[in-house]
Amino acid sequence: MRLADKGLIDRSKLVTFTFDGRSYVGFAGDSLASALLANGVKLMGRSFKYHRPRGVLTAGSEEPNALVEVLDDGQQTPNTRATVQEIHDGLVARSQNRWPNLRWDMLSINDLAAPFLSAGFYYKTFMWPRAFWEGIYEPLIRRAAGLGKLLPKHDTADYDRAFAFCDLLVIGSGPTGLMAALTAAKAGRDVILAEEDHMMGGRLLSDDGQIGGMASADWANATIATLRAMPNVRLMPRTTVVGAYDHGTYSALERVGLHVAHRPHLPRECFWRIVAGQTILATGALERPIAFRNNDRPGIMLAGAVQTYLNRYGVAPGRRVTLFANNDGARIVARQLMAAGVKVAAILDSRPVASVIEDCPVYIDARVTDTKGRHGLTSISVSHAAGSMEVETDLLMLSGGWNPLLHLTCHQNGRPVWREDIAAFVPKPGMIPGLTAAGSANGVFSTAECLAQGRDTAAAVLGLADLPDLPHAEAAPYAIQPFWAVPGEGRAWLDFANDVTVKDVKLSAQEGYVSVEHMKRYTTQGMAPDQGKNSNVGALAVLADATGRGIPETGTTTFRPPYVPVSIAAMGAGGRGVGFAPQRFLTSDQASRDRGAPMIEAGLWYRPSYFPKPGESTWREACDREVMMVRQTVGVADVSTLGKIDIQGRDAARFLDLVYTGTFSTLPVGRVRYGLMLREDGLVMDDGTTARLGENHYLMTTTTAAAGQVMRHLDFVHQAYCADYDLRFISVTESWAQFAVAGPKARQLLNSLLDQPLGDFPFMSCGEVTIEGVKARLFRISFSGEEGYEIAVPTPYGESLFRDLVARAETLGGGPYGMEALNVLRIEKGLITHAEIHGRVTAFDIGAQKMIATKKDCIGKASSTRPGLTGPEREQMVGLRALSDQPIGAGAHLFTPGDKVNRENGQGYVTSVCYSPTLSSWLGLAFLKDGRARHGQQIRLVDHMRKTDVLCEVCDPVFHDPEGGKLRA
Amino acid sequence: MRLICPLCGPRDRREFYYSGSEDYLNRPTPDAPAEAWDDMLHLRDNPAGVTRDLWYHETGCGSWLLVTRSTTTHEILATERVADRKGAGA
Ligand SMILES: [Zn+2]
Repeated sequence: MRLADKGLIDRSKLVTFTFDGRSYVGFAGDSLASALLANGVKLMGRSFKYHRPRGVLTAGSEEPNALVEVLDDGQQTPNTRATVQEIHDGLVARSQNRWPNLRWDMLSINDLAAPFLSAGFYYKTFMWPRAFWEGIYEPLIRRAAGLGKLLPKHDTADYDRAFAFCDLLVIGSGPTGLMAALTAAKAGRDVILAEEDHMMGGRLLSDDGQIGGMASADWANATIATLRAMPNVRLMPRTTVVGAYDHGTYSALERVGLHVAHRPHLPRECFWRIVAGQTILATGALERPIAFRNNDRPGIMLAGAVQTYLNRYGVAPGRRVTLFANNDGARIVARQLMAAGVKVAAILDSRPVASVIEDCPVYIDARVTDTKGRHGLTSISVSHAAGSMEVETDLLMLSGGWNPLLHLTCHQNGRPVWREDIAAFVPKPGMIPGLTAAGSANGVFSTAECLAQGRDTAAAVLGLADLPDLPHAEAAPYAIQPFWAVPGEGRAWLDFANDVTVKDVKLSAQEGYVSVEHMKRYTTQGMAPDQGKNSNVGALAVLADATGRGIPETGTTTFRPPYVPVSIAAMGAGGRGVGFAPQRFLTSDQASRDRGAPMIEAGLWYRPSYFPKPGESTWREACDREVMMVRQTVGVADVSTLGKIDIQGRDAARFLDLVYTGTFSTLPVGRVRYGLMLREDGLVMDDGTTARLGENHYLMTTTTAAAGQVMRHLDFVHQAYCADYDLRFISVTESWAQFAVAGPKARQLLNSLLDQPLGDFPFMSCGEVTIEGVKARLFRISFSGEEGYEIAVPTPYGESLFRDLVARAETLGGGPYGMEALNVLRIEKGLITHAEIHGRVTAFDIGAQKMIATKKDCIGKASSTRPGLTGPEREQMVGLRALSDQPIGAGAHLFTPGDKVNRENGQGYVTSVCYSPTLSSWLGLAFLKDGRARHGQQIRLVDHMRKTDVLCEVCDPVFHDPEGGKLRA
Repeated sequence: MRLICPLCGPRDRREFYYSGSEDYLNRPTPDAPAEAWDDMLHLRDNPAGVTRDLWYHETGCGSWLLVTRSTTTHEILATERVADRKGAGA
């Protein structure tokens, strides 16, 4: 029922929405829960296990009952709390965990079977026979379990992630948070004020009190306006801080676009990482229910929630109200209801001694012993100091006291302490470095104390001297006498979301699960979406009572992030599909795609696989043609993905001698040398060529795969072992576009392009050339076994040079070649890649032990000679030539012909294979025990996965032009 | 987690590459016995408390850092550039 002239809703803006197929009207500013209550809808959900009819219990994100599915944007978002979801035109929500509908739910039969479904039911029932676990029990349990349902399709909506930094993060915008933010902001500090609600002000929006002579909501709005006008303040409404991490890092979830129907420019949610110098936890406190028989009916709500619906939303959730409380504070809600013209039938105070002076009947030493009304409360049974009675009521308000909202303080394993005077856990200082709780989150409850603690905490943690004045505010003491559960028959609910009762917790203790962590797992208390926010302290009070221990010894369970449910889509924002990893494109990318080349991923790079020609129907046809083209005329390939490191300084040569097995200090200027790099443990790290461009200037190339690792390694060796060298180096991988030009007509092609024809330029030379006046670098190196050059130009010239090279190659009968042909060419020539140097092979294994110079030290040299890293027992690299036409595959294992094929008899494995059009045979590179001594022998290649079994001849890895005549042509 | 790079200031852990124990800084002489190399390469303490390990500011300035921190409290006690240590020269 909506009341006139109350609330912070905008009555000029009508909003139409749908719940369970029925259309309703609310006002802008309504939550789904407040709008439904205003429309007289009390039944909003079904409980998890017994499918009990449930109404809204709270007015915040801790809501355990009113969980709904929201359908929008092609999404179906389950377990949305109706108390958090703002209504907007076109909002479509529906109840969940019921069939066929909310009022008539077939599975409510579980409620009648309740005696059999107590705690541990699943553990006890679905045990034997073991064979039933997966096939029968699990599907059965899964069908019955679960709250909302996910659509089995990708979430294609937009989500975002962002980072923010501040001197002070204030979490919560009630009196404490506002005063803390104001104090820090006026001192010029960078402040972020995060508030879960879409309106800032916290409980000041609901309490109908006075601050500094004005209505507290007005004071809140004025303060927020002041903060909003300050450039050093960032207000973050709709933002829940969900996790506290090391060194001032917090995660937060912002509901960016969930409150509007159409959001072409808004993501649904944004996942924030906020880094704060200091943080003030001003999250307030949560009210606790009281357990008694049938305390879960629609129409039973927390008193503070009713206050919020009344004062903030202008809704009276009942016409004849009762209050059951163990403290003074809750009575103010009854008074405010009466002032608004709502009938209060009785105040039921559990305390034996309490004031009875109110404008309605007050009963002390009172207990609610039962309730009636299946789809909505109709009456309650009460016993009290002077007797017992039935009271007709459609709204029973509960207040069992308040729990400081301290979850974040426990995210790094800290434990809160019990305070007897307020019957609640409070944070200990220092549980999280840099995080300080203040106000109700710290166990002080009056507005005046909260304002003071907000200001003084900000001043203390930031070291401020100049403080704003405190406005005058309510300072009533908080008088509470703990009362947790009404004893008696029947089921009294503790955890509404997971249907855990007082009896379940007692049963847990009785069966030996006396530790709070065991009780939680045995009963599932605290394991629902609200994570026990409403039930934790009540449940452990019952457990403490059942085990005869105090609450402090019983302790709490562990609070872990996230504080509220966070969608995986928000946490992984931007990481879907191609967003998963950055993409690196070659300068020739478009030119390659223009020619229809399929692109394959090489690390983060995209490289052309092959360049199909009309009439070719398989990749192999294109690949074979490209290989023969390089062998017979000339081919062009983009090799820019190789890592390039520019190394300069008077000690550059010394440095290279230390990181490479070979000697680079003796390399003449204008020459290139092959280099092998070891890890300190003697295994091969990488290989590549390094050119000496000048006396103190080298250019190192690395493999595509290991470019990052090599850079990291060089930095380490330099900074750890020779920081005093005159040496600087930097990655120039992306500064140069580099193309291989290979084949018998390579020189002819280059001479048609270069401003000056090549003179004497023998194998392993390097030098500067010009193309239409543009300086380029030319290296005579080969990864194909043919006469080969690599020409490098500054990246901006890359695309046009590639197109030009390819066009010129085509006039000579050549053309571009892709990764497939490049791979075949290098296997034919016995050249290694990271398929071979995969992290378990030594220089000895690849036949490069002679490359470890004897006259100098190098990284990995000492280890490379250790026992076990050389010798005939090692698997050594060999070539394999298949003795039949059957394809062979990498990953196959090798066996001596005649031996049984089993693990013990394994002789090695295959790392690379290809069909060689040059040799008209399948070839492989492999590691074979004592392989170099077995050239000429036959070996059996077995591949269980591809189901091949092929006899091969063991040979030298260099199949093509072993003398190297073509290289030096 | 945040580390304070002496060149770049406080930065998120994602900018750094973790390498392991400071043991790697103490490279034995080439003729040292196999045990010395084994110690440096493979034998690690696993303290509950203060540890010193190597981090690389990979997406920052490229500095290798020697970080002193507590594995129990997660407190960062000191951070210095490897290159600035005494004896970082050859
Ligand atoms: Zn740095």
